[in-house]
Amino acid sequence: MFQRLPDAGGERVSFTIDGRPAEALSVDSVAAALIANGVGACRTTPVSGAPRGPYCMMGVCFDCLVTIDGTGNQQGCQIRVRPGMRVETQNGKREIDR
Amino acid sequence: MTDLKPRYDLAVIGAGPAGLAAATLAAKRGLSTVLLDEQAAPGGQIYRAITRSPVKNPSVLGTDYWHGADLVGPFRDSGADYLPGAAVWSVSRTLDIGLSRDGAARILPARHVILATGALERPFAVPGWTLPGVMGAGAAQILLKTSGLIASGNVVMAGSGPLLWLLAWQYLRAGARIDAILDTTPRENWRRAMPLLPAFARSGYVGKGLKLLLEVRRKVKVIGNVSALRAEGDGRVQTVVYRQGDGAEQRLPADTLLLHHGVIPNINLANAIGCAQSWDEAQRCWVPDVDGWGATSVEGVAIAGDGAGIGGALAAEHRGRLTALDALHRLGAIDRATRDRDAAPHREALDRALRGRDFLDALYRPGREFRVPADETIVCRCEEVTAGQVRDAVKLGVSGPNQTKSFLRCGMGPCQGRLCGPTVVEVIADARGVSPAEVGYYRLRPPVKPITLAELASLPKAEDEVAAVMHH
Repeated sequence: MFQRLPDAGGERVSFTIDGRPAEALSVDSVAAALIANGVGACRTTPVSGAPRGPYCMMGVCFDCLVTIDGTGNQQGCQIRVRPGMRVETQNGKREIDR
Repeated sequence: MTDLKPRYDLAVIGAGPAGLAAATLAAKRGLSTVLLDEQAAPGGQIYRAITRSPVKNPSVLGTDYWHGADLVGPFRDSGADYLPGAAVWSVSRTLDIGLSRDGAARILPARHVILATGALERPFAVPGWTLPGVMGAGAAQILLKTSGLIASGNVVMAGSGPLLWLLAWQYLRAGARIDAILDTTPRENWRRAMPLLPAFARSGYVGKGLKLLLEVRRKVKVIGNVSALRAEGDGRVQTVVYRQGDGAEQRLPADTLLLHHGVIPNINLANAIGCAQSWDEAQRCWVPDVDGWGATSVEGVAIAGDGAGIGGALAAEHRGRLTALDALHRLGAIDRATRDRDAAPHREALDRALRGRDFLDALYRPGREFRVPADETIVCRCEEVTAGQVRDAVKLGVSGPNQTKSFLRCGMGPCQGRLCGPTVVEVIADARGVSPAEVGYYRLRPPVKPITLAELASLPKAEDEVAAVMHH
């Protein structure tokens, strides 16, 4: 659980998480935008199916992999959220056609 | 990427303090310079979001953070080209740099390369560290700097080292509540650190550090001498279980557990380039071999900043300038005497910045129980390999981390060993009863960031390259 500092202002961005409408700040990475919306787990692992969430936030751990606008295995912490972006949590391996 | 020159005198990789300072100096003194960075904005991790942090109250992040702005301004005026959002996945021996940006790959040739890839948090493998809600303290700090987000609910911090205390202090400034700090600093570290205290006392850190520590200790419950730690929960962290010394297990409710026990050089790119590296016993990590100018064993490749051994943000800046002066010299822009003369003030400043570092290294050296985790602990997060499996492999004759790849797939997931390498080395060394120096490290190969076949296929090809594939 994370919350925004009261004085943290900025341009707001509307996007979707698994089809549900969500809001973030334009400075947010996709991983930060998920966390700000209370989504702590963004994928399940290909090996055991365990849930995972962002761990390092700096491009190192690859635990924040999500599907963005239909493309799988995107590093959520390295990509900034954009208006209209479709973010989907990811189950297991990246699928062959996305 | 159309505004890039076809070739540069100098390519600097990483826009933290070392990279910004190196690129600024080199460009101002006439080298055609490009700064390549994976992030969308300059600052690296230490000065992350320095140009656009939504945290409006400057006292939350502190004056040391805002110093980052003093590096970005001169960089913008330096004439260096800047390519944010660029993931560098390869540097060849001919100094051709492979990079990807917005899903397109390209090769950028340079005459000299400075790696300023900085540091990452030392992996802190405890049972349950893969549960959502468990993060690095550095990750929480990035969320604060870039997005103004702070952990809410039950927040527990655990580990050791300056960054943990700094984050706690910043959290308190931001109005966050911290349930407890579980301090894992081994008591016996004080004995090793005490002889180094006089030098630390003369450094600029001591006053600031003490003030910060006292402020945090006054406001947060600090539980010392923690000897065991794990996270539990169904689908996410809910409880932190710990022990003090030989005491009984204690439990704390937690929605967020922030782990930290120091930072280590991010060596993946240097390693893949083939730069020689050595085990640093004091900092307990692998460090690329560099001379006083940051030059590596590979001709034309230098390393500046924490990527060549942890020295902190101010040291990184000065090391950046020294490597840039050496680049100017090697490329024939200045003679040796000029290089040495102009380096003198930066060397003095570097010595000042490094004063007391030995004390911090000794005091905050992680304890064995956290460097060498118990059997059930996952060490390779990607392939979900436990410390016990690594030990079993050692019993079968595995002598180093490269063999664990073929036995266990350990280190072969998308993070390419970044989050397991240091722990796997410690576990193997401990099981064999030898120094990690003898165990070695993963032999990494490009691409050091995952790229798609489509990106590779989009690279322009020379006729002989096409012929080599088509006619054989």
